[in-house]
Amino acid sequence: MRITLEVWRQDNSAAPGAFKTYDVPDITPDMSFLEMLDIVNDRLVESGEEPIAFEHDCREGICGSCGLMINGQAHGPQLGTATCQLHMRKFRDGDHIVVEPWRARAFPVLRDLVVDRSPLDRIIEAGGYITVPTGSAPDANLIPVPRDVAETAMDAAACIGCGACIAACPNSAAQLFTAAKLAHLNLLPQGQPERWDRTVAMVEEMEQWFGACTNHGECEAACPKSISIDFIAMMNADYVKALRYNRRKAGQHA
Amino acid sequence: MQLESKVPAGSIEEKWDNHRFDVRLVNPANKRKYEIIVVGTGLAGASAAATLAQLGYNVNVFTYHDSARRAHSIAAQGGINAAKNYQNDGDSIYRLFYDTVKGGDYRSREANVYRLAQVSVEIIDQATAQGVPFAREYGGLLDNRSFGGAQVSRTFYARGQTGQQLLLGAYQALEQQVHRGPVQLHTRAEMLDLVVHDGRAVGIIARDLVTGEITRHSAHAVVLATGGYSNVFFLSTNAKASNASAIWRAHRRGALFANPCFTQIHPTCIPPSDEFQSKLTLMSESLRNDGRIWVPQEAGERRPANDIPAAERDYFLERRYPAFGNLVPRDVASRTAKKVVDQNRGVGPLENGVYLDFHDAIARLGRDTIEARYGNLFEIYERITDEDPYRVPMRIYPAPHYTMGGLWVDYNLESTIPGLYVIGEANFSDHGANRLGASALMQGLADGYFVLPYTIGDYLADYLSTDPVGTDEPAFADTEAEVRTQIDRLLSVKGTRTVDWFHRELGKLVWDFCGMERSAEGLEQAMSEIPSLKEEFWKDVRILGSNESLNQSLEKAGRVADYFDLAELMCRDALHRDESCGAHFRVEYQSGEGEAMRRDDDYSYVAAWEYTGDAADPRLHREELDFEYVQLAQRSYK
Repeated sequence: MRITLEVWRQDNSAAPGAFKTYDVPDITPDMSFLEMLDIVNDRLVESGEEPIAFEHDCREGICGSCGLMINGQAHGPQLGTATCQLHMRKFRDGDHIVVEPWRARAFPVLRDLVVDRSPLDRIIEAGGYITVPTGSAPDANLIPVPRDVAETAMDAAACIGCGACIAACPNSAAQLFTAAKLAHLNLLPQGQPERWDRTVAMVEEMEQWFGACTNHGECEAACPKSISIDFIAMMNADYVKALRYNRRKAGQHA
Repeated sequence: MQLESKVPAGSIEEKWDNHRFDVRLVNPANKRKYEIIVVGTGLAGASAAATLAQLGYNVNVFTYHDSARRAHSIAAQGGINAAKNYQNDGDSIYRLFYDTVKGGDYRSREANVYRLAQVSVEIIDQATAQGVPFAREYGGLLDNRSFGGAQVSRTFYARGQTGQQLLLGAYQALEQQVHRGPVQLHTRAEMLDLVVHDGRAVGIIARDLVTGEITRHSAHAVVLATGGYSNVFFLSTNAKASNASAIWRAHRRGALFANPCFTQIHPTCIPPSDEFQSKLTLMSESLRNDGRIWVPQEAGERRPANDIPAAERDYFLERRYPAFGNLVPRDVASRTAKKVVDQNRGVGPLENGVYLDFHDAIARLGRDTIEARYGNLFEIYERITDEDPYRVPMRIYPAPHYTMGGLWVDYNLESTIPGLYVIGEANFSDHGANRLGASALMQGLADGYFVLPYTIGDYLADYLSTDPVGTDEPAFADTEAEVRTQIDRLLSVKGTRTVDWFHRELGKLVWDFCGMERSAEGLEQAMSEIPSLKEEFWKDVRILGSNESLNQSLEKAGRVADYFDLAELMCRDALHRDESCGAHFRVEYQSGEGEAMRRDDDYSYVAAWEYTGDAADPRLHREELDFEYVQLAQRSYK
């Protein structure tokens, strides 16, 4: 196969960036998209040009490191697939492919296709956990969890934190990421004691960094784990309940 | 140097309890006076850092990832063992201990393994309370499955994403401590050297991967939780960035490296499809519960799998090992697959795999059941190969996956450098010469949640009311200068070949000569070729750009530079160990039927290597292994 790549190049977060076009001959349909970039980079180094910086690690769709806008789509054209699992067989010989970093104000570009996604960690820090000092847990089977509850919690917990939902959203909203973590923890019996505080803390932290949700649904379509936007509805409901609940709690203690 | 394992006195059931009573405690009010560095945020690092911070210590945590959640523990699929005996099928702490020592082919320390089995039950409690969504029965209680040839069902799992869910549990606990304050998390920061002062580990030198800034960090103790070194093979199931540099640089500063040749090859990975392949993908070995492994009987067979009649297929594991069949341990399954591929009976376009066939299982159980059990794995396979495993048999082949070897540690998980602790896959671990399935997650979390936080206190107690060694001490300045020299040297080579080219070449050498089968002749050849490849690297590698920017080639180059010496040490260790045991298979030591032959009288020890300044001349130290409880036997899976 031979393709043309148009890639965003930017030296650092302060420098201006620009698209650069590369002619890429001799690639095979069995290569993954990232292996194609590896080859482009080898050729660039041989020709004396610095390689394209991009993030990747496990290359099996679970670590959430990789993430590229490919022809305007987060993680490219294949549904439910992270960039590292996308293969060149999904493209045609002669295709022109535009590759950009995640686009969101909260994710500044560090170099080329690498962005800073640390606001996602800030949302987890705000409340995305269940407080269990090591050693204080009861026997695991003392907390039965209905099977369908555990399964739904797992559906939400499958989030890999790649940020595609935000990159795909016209508002750069992080509702799907935040809702997935909230649903995971708020559905489980273990998560109940901190449920309302967690919901408020995480939603408010999210709003510090990201845009508002206007129900486009692009996030679900871009999610490599196909996480459902139903969780966003659950988060919104919990947030409203949490505000009332926390007010009542405050009143009782006043 | 005398290796002291510091195994406590008492019967094996009492050792850990006795020890916990004997080690000195640090008063809760004094804990905040201590600084601890933890490098790595996988299961071991994140769980240790979170727990130490909960106890009150100040912890500086370093990861080269953009977030602590990305460590490669996240990719573990199958599950985590624990001796809960929830299934009432005869499991016990003693049985898990026994199975682990036996599975490791009698090359691990009994006391450590027993402790691992003891704390395994607490790990499940801890993870469940954190909200890890383990699979459940309809009654709401936890489900288990049998895994990797175990005769009891003791494996807990969260679909095919157990590692992910356990890591997220530990990561969330860590982030909570970041929010509270005692943890300072340094992301995109790579440890480039260990600082040793007066014979003690007192800090590290790190590089900011975005700006290239080199910084000094001091602490009362340093904990390495930096994972294994399977990427020395270039093609492995490890993540691309996984590397050995932290442990290797600590080794060069005086930490002994134990059993480097014990590297595990996982039998069920997707075979490479072309020479550009960048990594290998593992397919959980739970697939072997229902899939049947076969190759054509005739060498050079070209027909598609489904056109080959049953009579012309060789179900070689079922034929050779009727009792265990497709469920023999990893090392046996891997070696047997290599054997049939070497007989030109390999399948697939590159003839580099064997079939894992679900046809019979689908006929017996129905497609829905198979889909419920393995749906996500079949999907991963289909993405990569563009073949539908429901219709066409999967192709699999062994690949480097886990390293049992690592830095030598005593019962307290302390290395031979006082104040340097090593946990998780980075230490030489509790798995002996071969790790059982679903035991890596168990060990990482055991070390991090339940062992290290106790044992490190005993060391810290000596340093109450002392400040960490100042970063203006010569030890810091000298070490930083060495780090800078190495970076400058790498950037100044300005040769013609990429870092990856050298890594691939080295990987091929190690795979061919120190992979699934080793021979004295092959190992000697590798040991003569590796130094010349290393020399060529330092003459001809091409790294563009500067230190003062995000420079991924420079990051890789530093890691590959360390692999040359590590690879040589692996070969030396494999050559010195004149026996076959577990994952270490020397062709000279096999029975007439091709089974591994241990030599317990001569090699029942841990081989711990000391760096002498010359990669070609390391010094061997032995820790003899005594087996008081487990009876040594030749493994048999017939």
